Amino acid sequence: MAQALNMLKESASQTAGPYVHIGCTPNFTGIEGVYDEDLGKVMVNDDTLGERITITGRVIDGSGTPLKDALLEIWQADHKGLYNSPAETRGLADPNFKGWGRQPTDMTTGVFTFETIKPGRVPFVDGRMQAPHVTFWIVARGINLGLNTRMYFGDEEEANAEDPVLARVEHRVRVPTLIAGREGNTYTFDINLQGPNETVFFDI
Amino acid sequence: MRNTLAETGAFFPRDRSWHPKAFTPDYKTSVLRSPQKALLSLSNTVSEITGPVFGHDMLGEMDDDLIYNYAKPGESAIGERIVVHGRVLDERGRGVSGALVEFWQANAAGRYRHKKETYLAPLDPNFGGCGRTITDDDGSYAFRTIKPGPYPWPNGVNDWRPAHIHFSIFGHGFAQRLITQMYFEGDPLIPICPIVNTIGDPEAISRLTAPLDMNNTIPMDSRAFKFDIVLRGRRSTMFENRKEGN
Ligand SMILES: [Fe+2]
Repeated sequence: MAQALNMLKESASQTAGPYVHIGCTPNFTGIEGVYDEDLGKVMVNDDTLGERITITGRVIDGSGTPLKDALLEIWQADHKGLYNSPAETRGLADPNFKGWGRQPTDMTTGVFTFETIKPGRVPFVDGRMQAPHVTFWIVARGINLGLNTRMYFGDEEEANAEDPVLARVEHRVRVPTLIAGREGNTYTFDINLQGPNETVFFDI
Repeated sequence: MRNTLAETGAFFPRDRSWHPKAFTPDYKTSVLRSPQKALLSLSNTVSEITGPVFGHDMLGEMDDDLIYNYAKPGESAIGERIVVHGRVLDERGRGVSGALVEFWQANAAGRYRHKKETYLAPLDPNFGGCGRTITDDDGSYAFRTIKPGPYPWPNGVNDWRPAHIHFSIFGHGFAQRLITQMYFEGDPLIPICPIVNTIGDPEAISRLTAPLDMNNTIPMDSRAFKFDIVLRGRRSTMFENRKEGN
């Protein structure tokens, strides 16, 4: 026998269910007057530094149907590559950019949209720079544990080519599932839960 | 709110045999919504270790009181009045301060206030069903609500959800993000619920089941249930050679 490590176990996840909006975006589902505004709805203000972009897309199930009841959160660095977080040790991020957003998918079209800025590059654990990216977290009815993935930018070919995380994707044909194409200021990022184009999801 | 230096270590890997698997066919919706390829394991970088801060100043006075936060003046939600309280801890047993805890639930009759809800049980005009709070220095939180009712749902022809409260928890790092559900001690619907049973380990289910806590009731007003939530723990960076984030 030895001493016990006395570690706790993480609380087991349960699905967010079909009514996740009630708790996370109540105004979106018509529950008004409890919170002034849904949390994470607005990411930028007039003073936010950086290039304004739109990220839009759908979360698509194994039959090809977009989810109409999903909720997405994104987390990203500011325009210089600094996170607005106490755990950021490299400097102070733009005070006008929280870097976190939350959006439901549209109840009829399944489309989600984030109005944000293009992030700068941040380092990998060994000091090499990662390509600019946005971290995604996806929950919905039928998803038992929130899914983590990343969105990279289609117009950052050089940075993407040297990105240490993209380099870890063994089947190179799957790399494009993480890269959003650019048209004007809009990046389109469809997330496929299953099928030949299943998005690469991460165990972070 | 946070009186110690922020921690910057990587999170312990998730025990994915303790969490529900993605593909759980008895919960039918998971069949087409479960990734089928292996997840790509990724050492935490600064993108996963960091996370936003939510300040207590964002909270409204009634955010943690579902009995009154949607009710007309002078009225209150119908149902069994309860207090839900506990701590948000990490796997090392340390309280997680400043964690954003959001909760939502059906009303006393098991009906949700949502555009897509179709259950015939009545809405309560004084019950919205959402609330939120932020944990104190030691990770503790509390809110007041009514006990939600169980409800039927289209999965099998006669599947019922046990009474439950949904929880969304935001700790200090984006990799700690968690959504789960709280059940009530002694509910006979727990062991026969296909969503509960997406979790394989009975011990993991019991940790989502809140006991009656008579020492924290408000006499002649509300019963209390205690629900502790555990988020992923972090590695210590004390003896690491490389500079953090570099
Ligand atoms: Fe529910």
